[in-house]
Amino acid sequence: MKCADFLSELTNYLDGVIDARTKAELEDHLAWCHNCYVVCDTTKKTIEIYRDSQLYELPEDLRTRLRTAIVSKCHARKKAGPERV
Amino acid sequence: MSTIQPKIDEPVSDELALVQAAKGGDVGAFEELVRRYDRNVFRIAQHITQNREDAEDVVQDAFLKAYSNLHQFQGQSKFYTWLVRIAVNEALMRLRRRRPERMVSLDEEVKTEEDSLPREVADWSPNPEQQYNQAELREILTRTIQGLPASFRTVFVLRDVEGLSTEETAEALDLSIPAVKSRLLRARLQLRERLSRFFQRRENGKEKPESSKEKPETGDTNQ
Repeated sequence: MKCADFLSELTNYLDGVIDARTKAELEDHLAWCHNCYVVCDTTKKTIEIYRDSQLYELPEDLRTRLRTAIVSKCHARKKAGPERV
Repeated sequence: MSTIQPKIDEPVSDELALVQAAKGGDVGAFEELVRRYDRNVFRIAQHITQNREDAEDVVQDAFLKAYSNLHQFQGQSKFYTWLVRIAVNEALMRLRRRRPERMVSLDEEVKTEEDSLPREVADWSPNPEQQYNQAELREILTRTIQGLPASFRTVFVLRDVEGLSTEETAEALDLSIPAVKSRLLRARLQLRERLSRFFQRRENGKEKPESSKEKPETGDTNQ
């Protein structure tokens, strides 16, 4: 297996959606190719850092304000009836 | 090496009942659906629009559109996937409005210089995120993801941040499964490459990489 082949399977490998045989081939490659090991490991860390980063959390006061506005407009539309929607 | 563990829980089983009740005019049931997904919609919207006010508007408009069109929701997909599809379209509309000079599309094939094999293969520190304080880390992560083309950013956020499956992401973005996989791979590799500048192992562990002082990259530079 070449590094390019490994990379093309990287997403499937990290997501755990490959068959056992391909997985074994990829892990065999990882065992001797340090560069691919680092790329694989740091890609995994990249995903985990973003997943755990809590970027753009919705502040509770804004959340309440938005929800109140949404609900009040829903009530208005309900009153107006489906023809106005 | 272990695989990535999915983050999102299965939808609670009463969700369809809530949708049915909301269809029947129960605004309280719809409010419960808003409570469940408003944070997700806000995150997705802000990642796409890169603008807080736009993201607030997207949350309101997406839920109102969903409410008005509940009769069109047939229950073949999850309510959340259907809602995300509405929210992504609203967010893209706002992004296009704000940047009329750029074409923003999820369908286009984006060619970037970074699609070749990874160039930066230095290993990272054991706990790279601990090299920076919270505000610095947030800044690094924000400007790094903002540098991705919108089509890559959106796929990455839905799959890896929000935890949608490949199939759900394809459905929400109206893309084929191979297109989602291809964009996801490129998004992951480009983010990894860019983060490596900040997180690579240093000889002197206390010294931060010089590149952390770089100016922020601007969004959609590759389109």
